[in-house]
Amino acid sequence: MTSEIILEARELTKNFGGITALSRVSFSVNRGEVLGIIGPNGSGKTTLINCLTGFVRMSSGEVFFKGKNISNKPAHRIADMGLTRTFQIMRPYFSLPAYKNLVIPLFAPRARRTGGWRGGGKLGDRKTVSIDILEEIGFERDSFVPYKIASTLPTGYLKRLELARCLALKPEIILCDEVFSGLSMSEIASMVPLMERLQMEGITLVMIEHRLRELFQVANRIMVMNFGVKLFEGTPQEVMANEQVKKAYFGSEEVEEVMHYA
Amino acid sequence: MDIIIYGIINSVALAIMALGFALVYGISRVPNFAHGSIYVLAGFITWSFLRTLGFPYFWSVIITMLIVGVIGALLYRFILIRVRGMAISEIIASYAVGLAILEGLRWGGFRGMSYTLPVFAEGSVIIGGVPVDFQRIIMVFAGVGIFIGLYIFTHYTRIGLALRGMAQDERAALMLGIDSDLMAVVSMILGAMLAGLAGILLLPLGNIVVEAGYNVLILAIAVCIVGGLGSWAGAVLAAFLIGFAQILTVVYLGSHYQMVVALLAIILTLILKPSGLFGMQKQLEERV
Amino acid sequence: MSSTHRRKERIDRGIKVRTDGLYALMSWRELSYLTVPRLVLILGILALPIVMPGMYWQKVITIVCIYAMLAIGFDFLAHYVGLVSLGGAFFIGTGGYIAAILNSSYGLPPLLTIPIATILGAAICTLLLLPCLPLRGVYFAIVTLMYPLVLARIIEALDVLGGTDGIMGVDSFASSWVEQYLAVTMVLIFLFGLRRLVNTDIGLVFRAVKDNDQAVRASGMNISYYKAVAVFIASAMGCLAGACLVHIYMWAGISLFALDFSIIPIAATVIGGGGTIVGPVLGCLILVPISELLREFGTLRIVFYSLILVGFIVFRSEGIMVFGERKYHQFQRWVRV
Repeated sequence: MTSEIILEARELTKNFGGITALSRVSFSVNRGEVLGIIGPNGSGKTTLINCLTGFVRMSSGEVFFKGKNISNKPAHRIADMGLTRTFQIMRPYFSLPAYKNLVIPLFAPRARRTGGWRGGGKLGDRKTVSIDILEEIGFERDSFVPYKIASTLPTGYLKRLELARCLALKPEIILCDEVFSGLSMSEIASMVPLMERLQMEGITLVMIEHRLRELFQVANRIMVMNFGVKLFEGTPQEVMANEQVKKAYFGSEEVEEVMHYA
Repeated sequence: MDIIIYGIINSVALAIMALGFALVYGISRVPNFAHGSIYVLAGFITWSFLRTLGFPYFWSVIITMLIVGVIGALLYRFILIRVRGMAISEIIASYAVGLAILEGLRWGGFRGMSYTLPVFAEGSVIIGGVPVDFQRIIMVFAGVGIFIGLYIFTHYTRIGLALRGMAQDERAALMLGIDSDLMAVVSMILGAMLAGLAGILLLPLGNIVVEAGYNVLILAIAVCIVGGLGSWAGAVLAAFLIGFAQILTVVYLGSHYQMVVALLAIILTLILKPSGLFGMQKQLEERV
Repeated sequence: MSSTHRRKERIDRGIKVRTDGLYALMSWRELSYLTVPRLVLILGILALPIVMPGMYWQKVITIVCIYAMLAIGFDFLAHYVGLVSLGGAFFIGTGGYIAAILNSSYGLPPLLTIPIATILGAAICTLLLLPCLPLRGVYFAIVTLMYPLVLARIIEALDVLGGTDGIMGVDSFASSWVEQYLAVTMVLIFLFGLRRLVNTDIGLVFRAVKDNDQAVRASGMNISYYKAVAVFIASAMGCLAGACLVHIYMWAGISLFALDFSIIPIAATVIGGGGTIVGPVLGCLILVPISELLREFGTLRIVFYSLILVGFIVFRSEGIMVFGERKYHQFQRWVRV
């Protein structure tokens, strides 16, 4: 695996009023790897993604994407470069059917340049292309599901839709904000291979996750955050062995469970 | 010197106009576009009691306040409650009610120059070389009194505290046993009475005309937006900003530009800081 | 008390497949099921100027069309883009004044002034509204409400563009037939054009902006740009309506910024059914003639609309068109539960 750095954050800081949500967080992501970000609730993980993708202005620090400084650029400009994100609280277009939800990202400038995940977005009918993408991501083509209004879809499909909406842009990197949370065990089990496949295709993934067991299966590297500070960074094995991390997660059954598992 | 004195007077007047709107929006998140019409309506009701029915001034004011409060309550109870939470419908419904009241008054013959309320006290004093009539002084003191009264009401009484609770988080307030609809009714009554009071305080300075309703609505909204929708302190500060800006334009440009200043203030604020000076509405940011 | 345990069951007539916009047409009967309502509407509107008795009611039809254009614009902005514009009069005034100036100062014929006023006016409106575009909901509504009032004040104060007297002596159309059919065809073009537009891909983007603008940003699209495009479309309609109005009245004045132009389109949309594009036209067809009948009552008209508006918004917020569509597409029956 090449170790070209695709995304780099330097000394990222974000204050909300008097509260410091992120404090001098620096990290980098190599092309093609899966970086997992874990940490207790309120440790600034989602804020980190918001800052990286331009949804929230950072207070100080710099972000580089493919060597270019993208700090505080508008969100749409960043997404257009290929740095996409999913939302933790799913944000489909509720009044539109699932497949039309995908027509919108396919209409975006980036998708029109690149042709979408599997190509074809350039020439073909966007509705057809969107149903193709939905099928690949787990919406059964012949079922009624792709035609359902998004507000009636269950959580599992909505999470996939979030992911599909990123994929429609043919992204270079996806920041996934808790794609596993709220899913049943079997749904997670079917999501894991999907994430692995995305990695095989060369899409870099940054995954914020609470489901450590599944995350450790997928991720190459783990970054631990607590109180807006980067606590530790290393391979899943190192993370599990680290004392600081154990302390941050003290009493958390999930870690205990993972420890046993490992 | 006269700029400072009239600036203060004008600012207090603006703050009184805007307070009712800010209060209702702050508590129940209902933009009460009928605000301006209640203002004018209060003037006409007082006039009717005073001139047509011959009540003493004090009692006509009291009765007017009660009537206006009831109108506010009815407006919420029968119309706004049904469209609660749908911002568009709230605006359209309250605006339509306001229009109906204003144009109904116009149709009912309340137009022209003959409708004036008497001032509370005749005469004037000279402050720093500028003659100021008593009515304006009374208005300033009444305005300050209203602010202090509201502050005490919202900080030291049960209902006031409940209102503040609801202003912060309606659902949490519901869980604590605060009846949000009741509180919204209370806020509407208060808002309507404040609008009415503003009318009674300010209208003696000129004629009662229907157009004043639109102007007051615009000015109130301007003050609230500049100050940040839902923030009372912001509204007061914004009233002073816009008030002085208006006086300065009147002095240096001409009185026609007053409204233009109000709009420019809104647009500038919205471009520079959409949530207003003290906006409680969070910026377009996701929850942490 | 078993009879109280009933509920209304609604069954789609078989023709609608899966979702909106997908139909399986199997017979002429089904084809006519879809086309007849549309044909009735088109032919009905086209025939209106002919069947109307007398000049006065023909004029009313033109006015109906002018309000209909505004109302379509309002409906499009409010229900497909999520921008509630309370300032229809702003569009009318801008378009009207531009047409009047071009005609009276530069001597251009209506054939030229109307298209120029439409494009130029729309550009000006969009430019002026540009700073407000990032605003949502209440804020945008408030600001658009103020624009026409303030523009009127500025014209009054500066005494430009004819001041309070307005611009007199604007050319009228060649004949009243030109005037009526111009208005009627424009309404039809906008009506069907917009209904088509909202189902194309860019129309979907507009709807997405309304539903969830953050997600649109996350897809790498500039929401302000799309909102500006939508405002341009809507204001072009308004300016066209204003330009036509000026040539009909042969006069442009501050009353172009009057409240009527802001409130009637909204009332028509609410009554006709928001989000259908056709609804506002129907609403105008109902409201404007009524308002003409009530003309002698002066401002009571506005009271009257306002009350209708409140009534509809509180008790029947779906509007006539949505109600009618549902009745047309669905069987309804009571079933015992």
